[in-house]
Amino acid sequence: MILVFAAVAVWIGAWAFNGWLANGRFSDLASVRLAVPLIFGATVIVVWELIVRGLQVPPVILPPPSTIVGAFFGNFGVLWPDFVQTFAKGALGGYVIGCGSALLTAILVDRYDFLRRGLLPVGNFMAALPIVGTAPILVMWFGFDWQSKAAVVVVMVFFPMLVNTVAGLRDTSAMQRDLMRTYGASYWQTLFKLRFPAALPFIFNGLKIATTLALIGAIVAEFFGSPTRGLGFRISTSVGTLALDMVWAVIVVAALTGTAFYGAVAWLERRMTFWHPSQRK
Amino acid sequence: MNQPVISASHLDLTFQTNDGPVHALRDVSLDIGKGEFVSFIGPSGCGKTTFLRCIAGLEEPTGGTLAVNGLTPDAARRSRAYGYVFQAAGLYPWRTIGGNIRLPLEIMGFSKEEQAERVKRTLELVDLAGFEKKFPWQLSGGMQQRASIARALAFDADILLMDEPFGALDEIVRDRLNEELLKLWDRTGKTIGFVTHSIPEAVYLSTKIVVMSPRPGRITDVIESTLPRERPLDIRDSAEFIAIAHRVRDGLRAGHIDA
Repeated sequence: MILVFAAVAVWIGAWAFNGWLANGRFSDLASVRLAVPLIFGATVIVVWELIVRGLQVPPVILPPPSTIVGAFFGNFGVLWPDFVQTFAKGALGGYVIGCGSALLTAILVDRYDFLRRGLLPVGNFMAALPIVGTAPILVMWFGFDWQSKAAVVVVMVFFPMLVNTVAGLRDTSAMQRDLMRTYGASYWQTLFKLRFPAALPFIFNGLKIATTLALIGAIVAEFFGSPTRGLGFRISTSVGTLALDMVWAVIVVAALTGTAFYGAVAWLERRMTFWHPSQRK
Repeated sequence: MNQPVISASHLDLTFQTNDGPVHALRDVSLDIGKGEFVSFIGPSGCGKTTFLRCIAGLEEPTGGTLAVNGLTPDAARRSRAYGYVFQAAGLYPWRTIGGNIRLPLEIMGFSKEEQAERVKRTLELVDLAGFEKKFPWQLSGGMQQRASIARALAFDADILLMDEPFGALDEIVRDRLNEELLKLWDRTGKTIGFVTHSIPEAVYLSTKIVVMSPRPGRITDVIESTLPRERPLDIRDSAEFIAIAHRVRDGLRAGHIDA
């Protein structure tokens, strides 16, 4: 019971401290801005640890963070090949293929109106298919290894990327297009010098949405057949042996990966669309 | 008058809209000689912008003939016969000021050295030297518009078409830009077509003022200015200036009554 009271005390203390930091005279410092969310995160973890131990919650229901961290480092030799299999091969491979082909398709769709009317509904249809239905079929088609996971990811990321890019390529004003006409610019010159840069904010929206979809797709697809490695495979087998600490460790890996992936794309977005009103400092 | 650079005769343009046909231009005939500064003035809907867009090959007339440098407007557009300045600066935000001025040069295939040289020269021409590396959104509206003029001048077309380029600017900035534009015109000897709805601006700048009126868009008066080529700002208080302005105002009023 003492641990539970300690949890409450930590919670109140950290809350007060964060409140003081966020509203105090140092609130504009970069270090303080970074510290406030970090303190919040640390508080959640400490309170979680204290409550789980104090109330003796069964580890199958919710293991304490220290056990999860232990499982993470204790099984690093297992988790690393899982990460390579699922993220570096399945998710990233599918992401590159899916987003790249969606980008090229978007240029075609934008150029030929009959494709827009023909292909967009097909893309929409594909996006509406449930992944638990398509994944087993794609595993049958492309085998148990990462290629089938990449195929699932392609199906998942293609449509959001396509729709965003098509919308982006249309996001130029009549005046900007007239300007290119007064220069006698060709279609490709207009595409590369005006429409593609103008579409970048939309393209990056698609790319950011696709990061999380890619990871989810690659993990879920492994439930329908995979070699004896992979984050999804690890989850499904660990659940079977009630090794919930391992499941949580895999979740940590996936969360860190997903956040880093999104962060990397967002960083690239800031570098490339610094001129857009939403990114200007 | 010497051989006209721009020659329109009996030009008609009818837009088909959902509310029926709209006569944007009817029976517009006009010759513009080399080196002239011609202003088009009239209330909104009089077709002054539409006429400028026809010259630029951005609109297709439905009747009559129009020649630019002896070519059809579309052929003239593709031979890069003119620079066009729009109502808004319309600079690309992802390019620096220098990059924006370089845009037409890249498209037209100038060499890298030539590009750098022309960017530098035109920036000086519009008094923006030192702003090459800035982005458009870091500059004031007046500076942006000057940059857009530099962009239209960079490839050195003989004709400059300007569609209310200073309409969105305050009067002080506008006065200065008018003065600079006159100097520039004097130095370069370009033929300029200038759309405005300001009487003082039209009279101050032009060698020829074309008064237009709406429904249908047509020319009601063409006034050859008697003002000297050298025009300090205070020429606007002279009796001659006021007389021309009166005639423009009368032309506008007449067009309004029989509309």
